[in-house]
Amino acid sequence: MPHTEDILLNVSRIGKHFGGLSALNDVSLHIGRGEIYGLIGPNGAGKTTLFNIITGLYQPSAGEFHFNGAHYQAGKPHVLAQAGIARTFQNIRLFANLTALENVMIGRHVRTRAGVFGALFRNRSTRSEEHAITERARELLHYVGISKPAQTLAKHLSYGEQRRLEIARALATDPLLLALDEPAAGMNATETESLKMLLQTIRSSGITVLLIEHDVKLIMGLCDRVAVLDYGRKIAEGVPENVRKDPAVIAAYLGGGDE
Amino acid sequence: MKLNINTRTLVVVLAIALLLLPFLTDALLGRGWVRIVDFAMLYIMLALGLNIVVGYAGLLDLGYIAFFAVGAYCYALTGSPHLAQAFPMVFPDGVHLSFWIVLPLAALLAGGFGVLLGAPTLRLRGDYLAIVTLGFGEIIRIFLNNLNAPVNLTNGPQGISRIDPVSIANVSLNTTQNILGIAFPSVHLYFYLFLAFTALVVFVSQRLERSRIGRAWMAIREDEIAASAMGINTRNLKLLAFAMGAMFGGASGALFAGFQGFVSPESFSLMESIMVLCMVVLGGMGNIAGVILGGMLLALLPEVLRHSVVPLQQALFGKTLVDPESLRMLLFGTALIVMMLYRPAGMLPSRVRRRELGDGETASEASVYDATH
Repeated sequence: MPHTEDILLNVSRIGKHFGGLSALNDVSLHIGRGEIYGLIGPNGAGKTTLFNIITGLYQPSAGEFHFNGAHYQAGKPHVLAQAGIARTFQNIRLFANLTALENVMIGRHVRTRAGVFGALFRNRSTRSEEHAITERARELLHYVGISKPAQTLAKHLSYGEQRRLEIARALATDPLLLALDEPAAGMNATETESLKMLLQTIRSSGITVLLIEHDVKLIMGLCDRVAVLDYGRKIAEGVPENVRKDPAVIAAYLGGGDE
Repeated sequence: MKLNINTRTLVVVLAIALLLLPFLTDALLGRGWVRIVDFAMLYIMLALGLNIVVGYAGLLDLGYIAFFAVGAYCYALTGSPHLAQAFPMVFPDGVHLSFWIVLPLAALLAGGFGVLLGAPTLRLRGDYLAIVTLGFGEIIRIFLNNLNAPVNLTNGPQGISRIDPVSIANVSLNTTQNILGIAFPSVHLYFYLFLAFTALVVFVSQRLERSRIGRAWMAIREDEIAASAMGINTRNLKLLAFAMGAMFGGASGALFAGFQGFVSPESFSLMESIMVLCMVVLGGMGNIAGVILGGMLLALLPEVLRHSVVPLQQALFGKTLVDPESLRMLLFGTALIVMMLYRPAGMLPSRVRRRELGDGETASEASVYDATH
């Protein structure tokens, strides 16, 4: 166990059941600052459920988690975004009818302050804030590699670009932890490769990355540590090479045992 | 640059036309029509207020007229002898506050009611929200109708009459005023008052639309879960939208009470809420110019019919076959159907709506884009 200050997210004994269905059972893990942490597992293993708990969408049935040293009440996603967790969605949830630029500008909401009075009177501080928001949003579009005009509607971007736009929007919240739910789903090999490079750039800028992924190759080549979920339980954790050799993982995930 | 000059010319021409409007209407159509135009301005203000709730934040509100009622009764109670008659011990001379106090009071009170409506409905969306807001609108109306007993607060279905006219800087808008040798009749004075407030509402709407707050509202409209995951406090922003919309409704209600001199619960029926919503939807949800156009058309059309249908039928058939009221509903229904078929985003759709429904240039542009990339 590393030193407490080095832990960004500490999940302890989280459980979640939906009615009689137990989606997560006694899952504990911790993510260190600056890590790329992978979460893998077969379909229905509880990855997205865990994800939704730490981003505040679900209330855990048991257990708790600490982020950046503080305990958070679930059910308030905006509080966790404020605290520094930004996420993307498995099935892309952009503001489809707004422009790419507007999508990223909305990500800046949580780090800016102008209220109704600022909006009405457009005083100096509001104007400079608006200017900064636009500038930062443009930078981020460039950073994630969206080359189409900033005024293109989110829904008119290509699939890969929509995934990137979600990342840009999440980065706009200045996160400490960037949580990506299957970012490579549906991408071709080239797109996956450039996504990998983007994630490495993001990590090198000091942002911790949590990655749910199906693409084992991407996980293995990218993550510092990996946890494997199966039927709502953590069955393995460690550096990718060791996890890959773990018999339980091979049985559960890489197709052995009962298959 | 050329466009700039054209826009400026357009604005100047429009401003002059608006300033001359009551005199032109008076000269061409008669004094009664100036009054009708005044009412149309009130409706435009209401529609713009509702546009914040429905058009920006995407919260379908079917009880919006309740805020108009709250504002109107706030003005009516403070500006009429009713309180002095009903509670002579508490208000021996009534309240009779200055217009500049009552108006913000009415707006704030309505805003408070907006939050009151918003708070319990935060988790509701779409149809469900519409039904609850509809119920809220009816509750307010029924309260107004029945609060004449045990204490006579609202005077029940008889309504409140003898309301003070709006008076600004000791100039009563209820009498003809001579300014620079020109006689300004009362309806003209009210027109300018309403024009000023409409301009204010347009300004506020426009500023809000292009701000951090406006973007957050649009994000909530587009995808509430994604918005909250991006750190937008959806609860507060939805309440803010309800409150802002309600404040505009309350302010127009106060102006209405002062203008008409009489309020009663029947002015605030569900049909009125639906009319205001139709103004927003037919005109173009989320687009200020569209909403103004929608408000103008729907407020003026019934009057045009009322004044033209009967004489026309008399001239053609020698008797009245269809009364204007039923013809109005028939035309209104037809217009709604035709609009939904051919211009579902409204007459002047907003940027966002236009994209959403994918008609016109944006869509073809986009498909070309997709094809070439």
